[in-house]
Amino acid sequence: MDVRVRALETLLTRKGYLDPAALDRIIETYETRVGPHNGARVVARAWVDANFRRWLLADATAAIASLGYTGRQGEHMVAVENTPEQHNLVVCTLCSCYPWPVLGLPPVWYKSAAYRSKAVIDPRGVLADFGVRLPDTTRIRVWDSTAEVRYLVLPMRPPGTGHLDEAALAALVNRDSMIGTGLAGAQPAQAATDSGAAP
Amino acid sequence: MNGVHDMGGLQCFGPVRPEPDEPLFHAPWESRALAVTLAMGAGGRWNIDLSRAARESLPPATYLASSYYEIWIRALEQLMLERGLVSAAELAGDATPAPAPADWRPLAAERVDAALAAGSPTERPAAQPARFTVGDRVRAAQRNPAGHTRLPRYVRGQVGTVAHVHGAHIFPDRHVSRPLPPYDDAPEWLYTVVFDGRTLWGAQADPTLEVSVDAWEPYLEPA
Repeated sequence: MDVRVRALETLLTRKGYLDPAALDRIIETYETRVGPHNGARVVARAWVDANFRRWLLADATAAIASLGYTGRQGEHMVAVENTPEQHNLVVCTLCSCYPWPVLGLPPVWYKSAAYRSKAVIDPRGVLADFGVRLPDTTRIRVWDSTAEVRYLVLPMRPPGTGHLDEAALAALVNRDSMIGTGLAGAQPAQAATDSGAAP
Repeated sequence: MNGVHDMGGLQCFGPVRPEPDEPLFHAPWESRALAVTLAMGAGGRWNIDLSRAARESLPPATYLASSYYEIWIRALEQLMLERGLVSAAELAGDATPAPAPADWRPLAAERVDAALAAGSPTERPAAQPARFTVGDRVRAAQRNPAGHTRLPRYVRGQVGTVAHVHGAHIFPDRHVSRPLPPYDDAPEWLYTVVFDGRTLWGAQADPTLEVSVDAWEPYLEPA
């Protein structure tokens, strides 16, 4: 694919379809400015500011835009809140829909056949693949992103973090916790096959 | 079209394998594939539903064996070929590249930020009131259209509950009806519909499981 994509870019540039500087700008955007650090800032704000949390849950598109995150693949946002009673998990079974403005580009596993197929029929099995185990009494709600609505999970604030400020809290929010395959404050998932049993 | 892209509920793909310290791109070509796809899409010669339809129309064995950026590139080539934006000979390197159509405006570097920040909102003014409201019981239609659709097979024929009304959004099944602008962007009401896990997967399913899809009104019937 390396040769094929290189040849395609060269061809399309020679034909006058592409401005190579625009391609560089697109890549730079997702490498540096748009990524899960944006979502982490949204989550941390919701943890410390009850009004913002209510706004986020009522109108996520506007609340998230107030922090400067808008646009492609996040035009219509919904935030869903994890509680001890309900855990939320986001998937796109039909393709790879993902909330780019707050999480950036999706990881390979999110786009994989394994995740897209298993999340809706065996979400606890998916969580086990990520080393996450929830109480049997916690309800699991899976959100299949089949339209242009994009979902952001608001993870539970880790216990014992009352003394932390917003920036320190944001550092506890990993990407997977905003998809629902991880928990805030935990180490990002290692491959289950590498780490063995759940922590 | 019932295709291999519609994966919900399949059990043949093994465990999910998260990758520790995953890089944003696994090779430089992936970043170029992303950027070329987005920049060509900005030319307006297809819409997001047409590009999804092109990806879903790849040969099934190719689709399953390809990484996601590979799928993007194969579909991009197909979209361009179908519209005469490139020729097969050009793609093969066997022809001197012909110039782009005179009315093509390349996405300029200074327009990238604004284009990405604007996105492509799909909500439109509704032509009629919503047929369903929150709490209504609805059945996902048993429908198997030959063209592009966004109702996954695993909910078809099943009864769920409307949990949210999202307004009226461009209807993908019609958005693909013309290959070039002007597209049919007449909207339909969009709902989040929640299904009990046991409704979808039987008595052995996790009793705590609920699954929702976002479904346009033509996908739903009163139950």
